[in-house]
Amino acid sequence: MHLAYPAVLSALLFCTGLYGVLARRNAILVLMSVELMLNAVNLNLVAFDIWLSRAAEDTLHSGQALTLFTITIAAAEIGIGLAIVLAVHRNRGTSDIDRLRDTAEGHDPDHDSPAAGQAEKAEATA
Amino acid sequence: MSLAAAAVTAHAAGTHALAAHAAPSNGSHGFLSPTGVEITFLLVGLVTFGAALVTVTTRQLVHAALWLVVALGGLAVEYLLLTAEFIAWVQVLIYVGSVVVLLLFGLMLTRAPIGRSPDADSGNRWAALAVAAVAAVTLVWVVVDAFRTTWIDLDGPAAGSTEATGESLFQNWVLPFEGLSVLLLAALVGAIVLSRKAKAEPGSPSVNSGAATGSSPSVPDSRNHPIGRNGASEGTGSGASEGTTPAEQEGAR
Repeated sequence: MHLAYPAVLSALLFCTGLYGVLARRNAILVLMSVELMLNAVNLNLVAFDIWLSRAAEDTLHSGQALTLFTITIAAAEIGIGLAIVLAVHRNRGTSDIDRLRDTAEGHDPDHDSPAAGQAEKAEATA
Repeated sequence: MSLAAAAVTAHAAGTHALAAHAAPSNGSHGFLSPTGVEITFLLVGLVTFGAALVTVTTRQLVHAALWLVVALGGLAVEYLLLTAEFIAWVQVLIYVGSVVVLLLFGLMLTRAPIGRSPDADSGNRWAALAVAAVAAVTLVWVVVDAFRTTWIDLDGPAAGSTEATGESLFQNWVLPFEGLSVLLLAALVGAIVLSRKAKAEPGSPSVNSGAATGSSPSVPDSRNHPIGRNGASEGTGSGASEGTTPAEQEGAR
């Protein structure tokens, strides 16, 4: 198999996940996009490991071992990430990352009009 | 999370999961004469890429999670085509089995709207599209240019069989493997600590400080929720993560 097939697919999947991370507003959808990016990296690791295990007679199988580690870390990451998102949702009533701007620098319109901010949060809850 | 460790150990300790994946033997490589494996890889790759695109563009949140299943399952098939059987089944078990279920639980616990939600994408969608397109063009160009004359040899015994992966993992990668178990334990404890309600410590700002202004519109229904109240008093698992005690809400106010 030509090595470009998995490499190109991996690059495209990574950029799809990149778009999702940048464009999505819901925190859980952002986590899904992060999963896509991690999977793209995994595909790259597996493809290059299969290639090197023959071409360079590499017997360490480092790519596949690293893929297993990445999958495990991704599972841990999704657990922690969902716990954080649920805690934020419990406290704020929203998981919309565009509205979680309390630590943002500069001008924040929410702080100027707290009534409007409360109305927004009530709207997000409903 | 503990499923991950269990799956890894169970599979690595097991015997051959599958017979060696048959790959057609091709003596001469040709760029414009793809083999059967390449055609299959291309078709499954198109399905995977399309599902990933739908995942990041659909406006229905639950559909995004379901299309993510298609994308991850397609990737498992790609691993099988690359003769990495063990990785493929781990992918099916952990991603399709547990991660997507966790994501669906998260969507439902955050009361994601069923149906179309018009504000699923933020305002910087076009900037995100430009960044992703530029990154895609650059990466694809570099990768194709770099590996134009490189072929993966898929003949012979599978390079990613359970036996090969297990031998490599437990001969050369034991220490990282054990370190990873510590990381999983830390993640488990961290998730429990995060999702458990904070015991009413007077004056502890914790995560509630920002919510003090908007707490009354944000948590009214969890107060009336019987499961949340009972779970919070028992301090167990998901029930505790759903609601907060009335005492804590008084403190937050």
